[in-house]
Amino acid sequence: MAELLAVRGLSVDFVTDRGRAQVLDAINVDVAPGEVVGLVGESGCGKTTLARAILGILPAGAARIRGGEVRFKGTDLLREDPRAVNDRVRGRAITFIPQDPFTSFSPVFPVGTQIMDLMKWKSPLVGAGPRPTPPFGRYPRERWRADRESVLETLRAVQLPEPARTLRRLPHEFSGGQRQRLMIAMALLPRPELIIADEPTTALDVTIQAQILRLLRALVKERGVSVLFTTHDLGTAHEICDRVIVMYAGQEMEAAPTDAFFVRPAHPYTRRLLDSVPNPDGDLHDIPGEVPSLVEPPLGCRFHPRCDYATAECRAERPALRALGGGHSVRCHHPVGAGVEA
Amino acid sequence: MSAPLLEVVDLVRHFPVRNAFGRRIGWLRAVDGVSLSVAPGETLGLVGESGCGKSTLGKTVMGIYTPTAGDIRFAGREIGRLARGERRAVAKDLQYVYQDPGASLDPRWKVLHSLHEPLKIHTRLSRVERDREVRAILTAVGLPDAHLDHYPHELSGGQQRRVGLARILTLRPRLVILDEPTSGLDVSVQASVLKLFRSLQQTFALTYVFISHDLSVVRAMCARIAVMYLGKIVELGDTAAIFERPRHPYTQSLLAAVPLIGARRISQDFRLAGEPPNPRDVPSGCRFRTRCPLAEDRCAVDEPALRLVDGRAVACHVA
Repeated sequence: MAELLAVRGLSVDFVTDRGRAQVLDAINVDVAPGEVVGLVGESGCGKTTLARAILGILPAGAARIRGGEVRFKGTDLLREDPRAVNDRVRGRAITFIPQDPFTSFSPVFPVGTQIMDLMKWKSPLVGAGPRPTPPFGRYPRERWRADRESVLETLRAVQLPEPARTLRRLPHEFSGGQRQRLMIAMALLPRPELIIADEPTTALDVTIQAQILRLLRALVKERGVSVLFTTHDLGTAHEICDRVIVMYAGQEMEAAPTDAFFVRPAHPYTRRLLDSVPNPDGDLHDIPGEVPSLVEPPLGCRFHPRCDYATAECRAERPALRALGGGHSVRCHHPVGAGVEA
Repeated sequence: MSAPLLEVVDLVRHFPVRNAFGRRIGWLRAVDGVSLSVAPGETLGLVGESGCGKSTLGKTVMGIYTPTAGDIRFAGREIGRLARGERRAVAKDLQYVYQDPGASLDPRWKVLHSLHEPLKIHTRLSRVERDREVRAILTAVGLPDAHLDHYPHELSGGQQRRVGLARILTLRPRLVILDEPTSGLDVSVQASVLKLFRSLQQTFALTYVFISHDLSVVRAMCARIAVMYLGKIVELGDTAAIFERPRHPYTQSLLAAVPLIGARRISQDFRLAGEPPNPRDVPSGCRFRTRCPLAEDRCAVDEPALRLVDGRAVACHVA
């Protein structure tokens, strides 16, 4: 299977007052064309950093890329000419849906102005050749008209009523759900091949979340767009993803197709995480201990201080990725349960 | 059943809506005729979407807002319209926990100072007695005595949260209103916070009103739940029964919206369209009719009252 996105051994450090925090430690992530991949983990596990590293928007002052590759359709985005990445990839082939629909719009311009400003630079009609430099540069009239048509069409696709009026309204006139619909529309407009969605439904009510998840999944499946969807909510991951990757303290622990992931979790951390979801019987299971400091992370497997199965091996050496068959792989010396033999 | 600890009767809290010149141009009906009762030692869940009035209800009971109309009876006594001084004496028995109790600690005070303060204000205990009390509470929330000398920034987020809870418990309240106490937490942390709430309830014989939008948490914590929509209770009863067979169309949609692990994808059978109407402009008749799949003509005219269906109270004509 040809990968659309292949992150290989990516390590990112953040410079902090207390030293270098190893936020990502040799992460591997694959996304196939048309696939919705969930990146699941608790706060601080590095999922947002990974999303930002792929987009090339890590905070320049603090983040240091220690090694690895971000291959998108065969080119390593970390070593490609930054101008070319900006022209062809970021905001065009790869787009972004942010977590917080409330602060992502400028409050002083109508949303139409902001969407057309995006289209001026990132519309699929923009040629690949040299273009005027931002922030000025002319917006050709014909292209504006064609772009506006596709904006209206996309607003209809995300089920916003009266698209033409919508464009004249200010961001505060929309509810959270409607703003997230606008964000989805903006992510689809450049006709991307990959959308990175960073917890897009966390700020919404369950009923609105259900509507947005349904809409997003229908739209990306219809257009064949891949999605890398970060979330801390296992239910949401189950809902929208074809495949799930679990991260803990900057390392990926397990990757599996959604069904296998929830039915036969193999990593002790994944099991613990699934157990801590409140179940109808009212039993509560937490994970003893705390997430380790990333400045001085535990050696070997980073989960070993909290793991029931930890041995000397786990403390000394980081486990290699072990394939369990059927696209299910786990980084653990002692994977649990069925499927180990396979 | 013993006499209820808290009884709310037809409680109404409206907020004036003003234009730029300060003239009132309407009312926001945040809580619009809510009645419920909470028995001693129980946990009542209060669920609904944002803006449905669940926090306003909690804050009105707490005395942060004065009720526009209706009664709040605490341990048999009307407390909604007490004079300031008298109301203050009740405050000791009623406590409110915000989303992150740790965030309400004063960053310039040591934990010791923060925990002594409520006792200084509300009791006549001597310094030694206060100290004994504070240490007992600190042990109950699972923190070592050594933390008394720390400032909040020296503690982790989870420890701060525990100190915040200890501060609330120093006065030995009888009713604690928990307002979204686990939203924004990771599931593993959420599980330990919920466990702590449970053990504290045992130790201190607490009664909880648990406000949350997270149905799986409410299901795990509460024996009874009240579902609110636009300032009204639409369904109230036994948690297990409501989750098993919700009768109000709103409860049905709300439950259908929760993504469940190992079940069907909600995308396939979730039907609820649209968003809640503005509480400034509540629809006539049944408030839910604008989004209800079962709405009939009479729903636009008659506002359904709560009636007993299937062992629980439901406000719907067609349920």
